Amino acid sequence: MYAQWVLTALLAWPLIAGVAILLLPGRLAKYVALAASLVEFAISVPLWWAFVPDGGMQFTADHAWIAAWGIHFTVGVDGISLFLVLLTTFLMPLSILGSWSYITKREGGFYALLLVLTTGMIGVFVALDLFLFYVMWEVMLIPMYFIIGVWGGDNRLYAAIKFFIYTFFGSLLMLVAILVLYLHAGRATGIYSFSYTHLLSQVASLGPTAWWLFGAFFLAFAIKVPMFPLHTWLPDAHVEAPTAGSVILAGILLKMGTYGFLRFALPFFPAVALNQTVQLVIVILSLIGIIYGGLVAMVQPDFKKLIAYSSVAHLGFVMLGIWALTLQSVQGALLIMINHGISTGALFFLVGMIYERRHSRLIEAYGGIARVVPLFSGVLTIVSLSSIALPGTNGFVGEFLVLLGSFRTYPVATALATTGVIVAAAYLLTALQRVIYNPLTNPENEKLTDLSARELVVLVPLLVCILWVGIYPKPFLERMEPAARALIEHMRP
Amino acid sequence: MRLDPSVYRDLLLSLLPELVLTGWALVLLLFVAWRHKTVRDLRIAGWLTLLALISTAVATWWLWWNRAGVQGVMTMVAADDFRWVADWVFVGAAALTVLISFAYLEREQLLAPEYYVLLIFGTLGMMVMAAGADLMVIFLGLELMSVAVYVLAGFDRRRARSAEAALKYFLLGAFASGFLLYGIALVYGATGTTNLGLVGGQVSIMGKPSVMLLAGLALLIVGFGFKIAAVPFHMWAPDVYDGAPTPVTAFMATGVKAAAFAALFRVMNQAFGAVAAWHDIVWWLAAVTMIGGNLFALGQRSLKRMLAYSSVAHAGYLLVALSAGGAPATSAFLVYVIAYTLMSLGAFAVLAAKGRGGESDVLIDDLAGLAGKRPWLAFALAVCMLSLLGFPGTAGFIGKWYILIAATSAGQNTLAAILVLTSVVSAGYYLPVIMAMYMKPAPEPSETAHVEVGLDRWGRTAVAAVVVGLLLFGVWPNRLLELARSAVESVQPAATTAVTPP
Repeated sequence: MYAQWVLTALLAWPLIAGVAILLLPGRLAKYVALAASLVEFAISVPLWWAFVPDGGMQFTADHAWIAAWGIHFTVGVDGISLFLVLLTTFLMPLSILGSWSYITKREGGFYALLLVLTTGMIGVFVALDLFLFYVMWEVMLIPMYFIIGVWGGDNRLYAAIKFFIYTFFGSLLMLVAILVLYLHAGRATGIYSFSYTHLLSQVASLGPTAWWLFGAFFLAFAIKVPMFPLHTWLPDAHVEAPTAGSVILAGILLKMGTYGFLRFALPFFPAVALNQTVQLVIVILSLIGIIYGGLVAMVQPDFKKLIAYSSVAHLGFVMLGIWALTLQSVQGALLIMINHGISTGALFFLVGMIYERRHSRLIEAYGGIARVVPLFSGVLTIVSLSSIALPGTNGFVGEFLVLLGSFRTYPVATALATTGVIVAAAYLLTALQRVIYNPLTNPENEKLTDLSARELVVLVPLLVCILWVGIYPKPFLERMEPAARALIEHMRP
Repeated sequence: MRLDPSVYRDLLLSLLPELVLTGWALVLLLFVAWRHKTVRDLRIAGWLTLLALISTAVATWWLWWNRAGVQGVMTMVAADDFRWVADWVFVGAAALTVLISFAYLEREQLLAPEYYVLLIFGTLGMMVMAAGADLMVIFLGLELMSVAVYVLAGFDRRRARSAEAALKYFLLGAFASGFLLYGIALVYGATGTTNLGLVGGQVSIMGKPSVMLLAGLALLIVGFGFKIAAVPFHMWAPDVYDGAPTPVTAFMATGVKAAAFAALFRVMNQAFGAVAAWHDIVWWLAAVTMIGGNLFALGQRSLKRMLAYSSVAHAGYLLVALSAGGAPATSAFLVYVIAYTLMSLGAFAVLAAKGRGGESDVLIDDLAGLAGKRPWLAFALAVCMLSLLGFPGTAGFIGKWYILIAATSAGQNTLAAILVLTSVVSAGYYLPVIMAMYMKPAPEPSETAHVEVGLDRWGRTAVAAVVVGLLLFGVWPNRLLELARSAVESVQPAATTAVTPP
C-alpha cells in the first residue's frame, strides 16, 4: 500500500497544500507551509527503510495520462534518486523555517511557490516517463523564477530572467531530442511510448543521430549543473535569491543536472559518452570548473558569491566522478551531491542569518565576530570545514571516493583535481578568518545577537547529517551501490 | 448521415450553420435599423449576437453529432469534422469577442450596434472559408470576412489611428485578394477546374506540374500569406492590430488567422497534395516567419504591438504544421489553433481592460504592480503569457508539443529546432510582462498613468473561461486530442495519408 502511493502522495501533497495556502490569510501561510512540509518529510522518511538496495526501481506507480501519445504518469525510485528525494523533503522544512523572519512581503505567495517547487523537484527525480520528466523539469522553473524575481535582492530582475532563459534554452532542445527518441523507438517497435525503459531498450540502433541527441541532453544538463562555461547564470541567481531560494538552488536544483547525466545522458548514449574525445572534453571542463570555480571564489568580496562559485567547484568533482565510471567514483559523486546539498545549504542559511542582522553580505563588513556570536561562529566553522572536506565530515567521504575512483581512469586529471581541495581550503579558511576571527574593528558588529532557538532548529539537523555521513557513511553507500554498479555494467561497452 | 448535394434539402442541410447565422444577421440588421441610439440598444444587439452564435454552434454540433458527410467529389462545400471543429473555433472566438466588447464599446463611446452585425458577417465569412471545397467558395468566404473586418478595423471613426489601420488593411487586403484570385485563375487554367478534389485528381495524373500550375500555387500562397500575416507579408499586421479597437484586434488575430489557415490547410492538402514544391516554399515561409516574428516582437515596448508581432510568430508555428503535412500535422493545427485562440483572446481581453479611455497605448511597463492591485487579472494574463510561451501545464504547450511531434515525425528536425529556439527568444518578450506585473513596484499616480478600468462582469466571464480552458487542456488534453484526431480523418484524401504515428 505504502509502496504504491508514496511517490504519488509526495507529488500531490505539496501541490494541494500550496493551493490551500493561497486561499488562507497570509499570516497563517508560514505555519501551514511548515506543517505541510513536515508532513511531506514524514511521508518520505519510511522510504529509507522500505527501500531494498538490490531491488532496482521501486515504489513504482503507473497510470495512463495522455493516451493519444502514449504518455503515462510513471514514477519510481532507485539508489540514485532515493537520496535526492529524501534530500528534497529534508531541506524543505528547514528552508521554510529559515525564511521565517526573512520573508515579510506577500508571504502566502512565497510559501505556496516553495511547495509547488517541491512537487517539481521531486517530480524530476522520480519521473520514469520522459514527458513527465520534461514537464516537471519545466514546472520547477516558474516558482524559482518568481522566488528570485519577487523576493530577491536589488538586481533580482536580471538574475531571474537570466536563470529562466538559460534553463529554458537548454531544456527546449532536450524536448526535441526526447521527441526524436520517441519516434525512433516507435518506428522500431510500433509502440509509441515515452516510458523510460521502452526508450532505453531502443537506443542501441540510433546510429549517428545519437550524437545530436546527446548534444541536446548534454546542453540541458550542463547548464543546470552548471559546467564551465555555462555557469554564468549561477552566481547571479544564487546571490539575488532569498535565503531559501539559494539553499534550494544549490541544494537541489543543481543536482538535477548531474542526476540527468546519471539517469538519461549516460545510459541512453553510452557509445557517445564513452567516446574518447567526449570524455576528454567533459573531464577538462570539470577540471576547469573545479580549479577556476575555486580561484574565482577566492577573490569574491561577497560571501554569498563565494559560496556560489564554490558550488561550481563541487559540482566539477561530481562530474569528474560520474565520468570516471568506476564504482567508487560514481558512489562518491552521488555522495557529494547529497553532501553539497547539506553543507552548502547550511552555508547559505548562515549567510542569510547574519545578513538579516547586519544587512550586508560583504566579508569585509565583518571581522572578529567570534567573540560576539560564538554559537554562530562555531557552526560556521564546522560547516566550512565540511565544505573543505576535512576528514570526519561528510565532504571528505565524497571527495575522497571520487578522487580514489577517478584515479584509476584519469590519473592526471585526478591529480590536478586534488589541487581543487587545497584551493577550497584557501578560500574558505581565508573567508572564515576574515569574518569571525581577526580583530573586531567595526563597532556595528558589537551588538550582533547570537543564533536564536529557531535558527538552531534549522542548523542542528544539518550538523547532525554532516557528522553522520562523515563518520558512518555505510548506510548511504550500501543503498547507492547496486544502482551505481548497474549503471557501470550498463555502460560497459 | 450522408448528404447528397443534388438533393435540395441535403444541400441546405449541409449549409445549416451558415444559414442559421445568416438568418440571425438579417434579424440583427433589421433590429439596428430601428434601434441604434442608446447604450441599451447596444447591449441588446450584443445579446442577440451571442444568441446567434450559440444557435450556430448548436447547429454545427447537430451536424457533427450525426456525422454529416457529402457524397461524391463534385461538391462546392465540404461536410467533414474538420469544418465543424473550425466552425467552433470561429464561433468561440466571436463569442468571446462579444463578451469583451460590451464594456469596451461603452467606455470608448462607440455606440453603434452595427458593430455586432459586422462581427456576425465576419464570422460567417470564416465559416464559408472553412467549408469551401472549391476555390471560388473559399474566395467568396474570404471576401465576406475581409470586408466586414476592414470596416471593423476602422470602427473607431474619431481616431486617426483606427482610420489608418482600416485603410492600410483594406489596400493591402485588396492586393492580397487580387493575388489570390489570380492564383485561382491560373490553377483553373492549368487544370480546368476550381474544385479542390478535382484539382487534386488532375495534379496527380499530370505527373510533373506545369509552370502555370506552379505559378498559380505560388500566388495562392502569397495571397494566403497576407491573410495569415506570414513574414514577409506581415507588414500590415502591427499597424492594423495596433490601430484597430482592441476587441477587433483580438478577433482579427484569432478568427481571421484561424480561418485563413483552415482554408490554406484544405487547399494544400486536398488540391496540391501531389505537388512537392509547396513544402519547400512553406518550409522557408515558416522558418522566416518564426525568426522574424519573434525577433521583431522582442523590440516592442507597447503591449498591443508586442502581441501583434507575437501573432506573426505564432503564424510561423502553424506554418510548421502545414509544412510537415499529413494527418498528425492537421490535427496539430487544430489543437494549436484552439489553444492559440484562447490564449490570444485572453491576453487581448486583459489589454482591453487596461487601455485608458480614448487611447489604447499600453506599454509593458504600465502593467507594473498589477499583481498587487488586481491579482486575478494579473494571474489571468500570466497564464496567457505562459501559454503563449508554450510552458508545460498550459494548452499552448500541448499545441506546440503536437506541432513538434508532427514536424519531427515528418523528418523536419531542423524546423523543429528552429521552433524551439525561437520559443526561447519569445521568453524575452513574454516574461517581461509577468515581470512587470509581479516584480516591479506600482508607479506613483500621475497625469500620464493609465486609469484603472478593470473588467466588467462579462469580460471577467470571458477571461475566466479562457484561463480554465488553457489550464484544463494543458493538464488533461485527451478529449481535445481525440476531437482533433477524428476531425482530421475526414479531410485527408486517402492517397496522401502517409503512415505516421498517432
